[in-house]
Amino acid sequence: MRQRQARHARQARQRQQDLHAREFEAFVAGAAGRLLHAATLLTAEPPDANPRARSLLTAALAQTYASWDRLRGEDPYDRARQELAARFARSAWRAHHGRGGVLSALGPQERLVVVLRLGEGVAEEQTAALLGLPVERVRAICARAVAALTSPPRTRGAAPPATMTGAPP
Amino acid sequence: MRAERREDRVRRLLDGPHPAVPPELGIEAMRRGARRGRRRARARRLLWLVLSVAFLAFAVWAGVEQPWNPPPAETTPPLDGW
Repeated sequence: MRQRQARHARQARQRQQDLHAREFEAFVAGAAGRLLHAATLLTAEPPDANPRARSLLTAALAQTYASWDRLRGEDPYDRARQELAARFARSAWRAHHGRGGVLSALGPQERLVVVLRLGEGVAEEQTAALLGLPVERVRAICARAVAALTSPPRTRGAAPPATMTGAPP
Repeated sequence: MRAERREDRVRRLLDGPHPAVPPELGIEAMRRGARRGRRRARARRLLWLVLSVAFLAFAVWAGVEQPWNPPPAETTPPLDGW
């Protein structure tokens, strides 16, 4: 009797896990492309050589899957993006220099703000909350980054990509 | 106005070529996530086990020792007028 109950509980848990696995697979199939694009912009790697972005996204998705049963109606995409941004912010001090991506000329924090605000369309307030910064600071960083990206390199303070990639760490 | 145009330019810049997603990425994430979940479940079970053992030990000790009863007097009362 007791054994049968235990077996039922185990089977129910297994079914739940299978369901989560299927949901997660569907989620990854739909969202991984966009998330990997965002991650590659963050790490400032070229799209065809992005090992850091891949490992960043793998770690973020692993965390998302581990907390899948505690999402409680929250959008898994938001959760994964949040995890990605937090992981990048934590690891950003290790590698400051871009390696040929479009945002190579920006610093890690500027890249974070630009990717979240303009690439992903996250609202200013949400971006600020996600990064733990005041809203004005997010606005200022975004404005600075946009200016650096849209002005010719020699008139702005931003270093041209050639000197960035050539500089030793 | 001009700032908006610049932001649009940056948006277009960001919308450049997308990287291809390696098929093993999702599988690896799932494997790691499942392992993390199992480890967390194990840690939770262990915590509950430790807590219940501690509670049980306390209950047994309290039942045997009965610390709410006053301890027996250690000195005999003086015996006068014998």
